[in-house]
Amino acid sequence: MTGTDVLHRNNVTVTGAADGPPVVLAHGFGCDQNMWRSVVPALAQRYRVVLFDYVGSGKADPGAWDEERYSSLEGYARDVVEVCRALDLRQAVLVGHSVSSMVGVLALREAPERIGALVMVAPSPRYIDDDGYTGGFTAADIDELLSSLESNYLGWSSAMAPAIMGNPDRPELGQELTDSFCATDPDMARVFARATFLADNRDDLGEVKVPTLVLECTQDIIAPREVGAFVHSAIPSSRLVTLDAVGHCPHLSAPEATAEAILEFLERL
Amino acid sequence: MRRGPGGETGPSSTGAGAGEALAALLEDSAEELYESAPCGYLSTLMDGTIARINATLLGWLGMERRAVVGRKRFADLLTVGGKLYHETHFAPLLSMRGQISGVALELRAADGSRLPVLVSSVVKHGGAGEPLLIRTTVFDATDRRSYEEELLRRRKEADQARAEAEQARRQAEADRARLAEALSVLQRALLPEVLPRVPGVDTASYYRTAFPGRLGGDFYDVFPLGDDRWAFFLGDVQGKGPEAATLTSQARYALRAAALCSDAPEEALTTLNAVLAERDGHDDPRYCTVVFGILEPGGDTGGTRVRIASGGHPPALVLRGSGWLDLLSTPGGMPVGMLSEAHFATAVTELAPGDTLVLYTDGLTEARTGPDRSTLYGEEALYSFAADLAPATAQGAVAALTELLESFGEGLDDDTALLALGAPAPQPEPGARTDRTGGLH
Repeated sequence: MTGTDVLHRNNVTVTGAADGPPVVLAHGFGCDQNMWRSVVPALAQRYRVVLFDYVGSGKADPGAWDEERYSSLEGYARDVVEVCRALDLRQAVLVGHSVSSMVGVLALREAPERIGALVMVAPSPRYIDDDGYTGGFTAADIDELLSSLESNYLGWSSAMAPAIMGNPDRPELGQELTDSFCATDPDMARVFARATFLADNRDDLGEVKVPTLVLECTQDIIAPREVGAFVHSAIPSSRLVTLDAVGHCPHLSAPEATAEAILEFLERL
Repeated sequence: MRRGPGGETGPSSTGAGAGEALAALLEDSAEELYESAPCGYLSTLMDGTIARINATLLGWLGMERRAVVGRKRFADLLTVGGKLYHETHFAPLLSMRGQISGVALELRAADGSRLPVLVSSVVKHGGAGEPLLIRTTVFDATDRRSYEEELLRRRKEADQARAEAEQARRQAEADRARLAEALSVLQRALLPEVLPRVPGVDTASYYRTAFPGRLGGDFYDVFPLGDDRWAFFLGDVQGKGPEAATLTSQARYALRAAALCSDAPEEALTTLNAVLAERDGHDDPRYCTVVFGILEPGGDTGGTRVRIASGGHPPALVLRGSGWLDLLSTPGGMPVGMLSEAHFATAVTELAPGDTLVLYTDGLTEARTGPDRSTLYGEEALYSFAADLAPATAQGAVAALTELLESFGEGLDDDTALLALGAPAPQPEPGARTDRTGGLH
């Protein structure tokens, strides 16, 4: 697979300052690179911003889907590394939302020359509770999420993707973009959900020696503050910043504060 | 129209009923409609904190208003799976689009029971376009969910059935490939892979099965007997397929063994006849036609002497170096294995340099020709073809006959085997050859 093939496969978008230091934004489980749209303008002023969709999400090439590869987070990490190689990025800052924080740890292990720092937005190395560890969920909870995905199966194909919805209040969003946003193939979504919520990357965190920013929200059901503290303490080279934001997606609910925290970290590198 | 208690319908009672209904309608304020609508209403701040909720939804949840308003967020009302789904899909979609409709979620009531619902939300924006609050309607989807689950189940069954059919198709393909491989291995056991090099004699052969993937019933072989003597045979088992193949295999090894015990070709056929005629327990008696021969040096004119015996097989062709065609007829020979006592015919000839002996099976002469494939090619046509062909080397004769066979196309519906044994013509003088080649320039 050539670099051009990878750029097409992962629907790679490059924006911002062409000569700026590279910043790669990796979306989490659920939607696609458009999740970053509210923080991109702030980053784009001084940095070369790289956005992509994992295979199985957004507008990535569905023909590249390989259930075995994408059944573990290593498969997603290979997407990240292959995008970095295709653009010949060096010492890039990898900003990963949610599961992509752990994908970033695995990508760093595979290609340390490509990645110089990590930003983890609402990370969790393990979602399921364990002896002496609070992940926030039980195994049964994760099964329930999988069945929630299933029960919206019919909705995906018929109601949800096409039947929406002008955006009179947000004319800057193209109709095509809003139509396809989050409209993931349910079979691929299920594989990604399993890879995400059944993973355990706690032992991998100790390998991270690069500067790392851990961003957590004050009230996040998916990544509670105990988990943020765990990640921070497991990576000695990390800083922990708690955003005054609710939910799991501060880049959507508090984009200014999120962008500001990332920029402050980038400028200190 | 309402019926009175006595079952009578009178103007007075109708008037009273209509009046009541009208009064109820007039009293149905917007507030009353909001609280008691047949769906749940909910307004939240942008962070999801519940600011208003209607009585219908509180009733479904079994919760007190004061335990909810200002204290819970919308996601708190959902099952854990629903919360995850809300965070990873619902909230981003709502943020992106400003509204979202018909998402399937489950509420978790105070008593722990679950209520499947369909949720639609819209963001209300202020005058400057800033998002102010989220309005949400919640529909009871219990019946619809079970219907959808049924649809989903059927769809999964259909997917499963399709996957199984695909698996079966692949299995069948693999089985076919394995069978074809097994057949080709068996077929190779019935025929020599390459003919041995016979000193002073050129050999060539050709074999084709009428149906690829099925075992053929024709066979041939060439093998040494010692003292510069060589044996050869070519035969045709009646019938096709595995039954014919077992007989082919028996015939080949019986002839090889018999040839070592006797110098007379007809005795090899007699031995084979005994072997085949004694085959017990076969409901389907089969037999074969065979030409068996021995090559030995020291013919009367210094060429290779050929002695053959035939059991019911068509005459062998001898393409003379002079351009003449001889038929090595063996009339009266009986098919081998048909009767326990059998007579076989013999013939003798000599291959002088430039002569070639050609053996064939009747797939060649029984090829169907003509515009409607209704006439057989026939022996006369073959003799005429061979006469035109002579003189020819063993390779040349087989190549020409192969070309003839291919010209029959679909008219060729039986197995066909060819075996040619030729005494090489003397090489022209090197000088003469150079001259001839030069002449072509």
